Amino acid sequence: MTEILVSLFLLIGCGFMLIAALGLVRMPDLPMRLHATTKAGALGAGLMVIAVGLYFFGDVGVAARSAAIIIFIVLTAPIAAHLIGRAGYFVGVPMWSETVKDELKGQYDTHEQVLLSPAKGDKDAEEQSDRS
Amino acid sequence: MLEISITIAYFIISLALLLSFVRLVIGPSLPDRVVALEMIATITIGYIAVYTLSSGKTAFLDVAMVLALTAFLAAVGFARLVTKGGGAHVD
Repeated sequence: MTEILVSLFLLIGCGFMLIAALGLVRMPDLPMRLHATTKAGALGAGLMVIAVGLYFFGDVGVAARSAAIIIFIVLTAPIAAHLIGRAGYFVGVPMWSETVKDELKGQYDTHEQVLLSPAKGDKDAEEQSDRS
Repeated sequence: MLEISITIAYFIISLALLLSFVRLVIGPSLPDRVVALEMIATITIGYIAVYTLSSGKTAFLDVAMVLALTAFLAAVGFARLVTKGGGAHVD
């Protein structure tokens, strides 16, 4: 029974990993590639580590380490993806030619990397953006 | 049962590693390559999980934990390098 459950988690995790790698190769755009690898890759790695924790069921050390790995992956993968995507946007990595909408266009000062949209006092912000 | 699925898992995950290397080589810009490196680190964590299952040595889980930490730090450092412009890169 345990073996079937472990095999199931292992194979599903591998499948998600393969889907993530396929998305990394096939997607046309940096944000889309980030989307594929972050979600599917983190889920695949988490499922495989869950399989290890199930195989050594009852061992507290293995369970704690598996839980630590999963929590760490789930916590850090979105942060890393956000940082890389932000850096790519500021550097000016070209988007897909069929991208419909870029909501951030004109909202950021790409050199200073601060938001241009003013909270109050429109004139001051406009003067600042003109100056820079 | 478990041996067969471990073999299949090794095969599938090696295929995923190969695909990630393709993106690492042909990636048109530096952030694409950073994404591929991040994916390779995640795949290596999966590799360590499969090897822990097939060898029965649970000490490898510590390696996976440290690898996750190091991959995150590397991603943050690369993002900072790309943003601050610390060298030549292809756009």
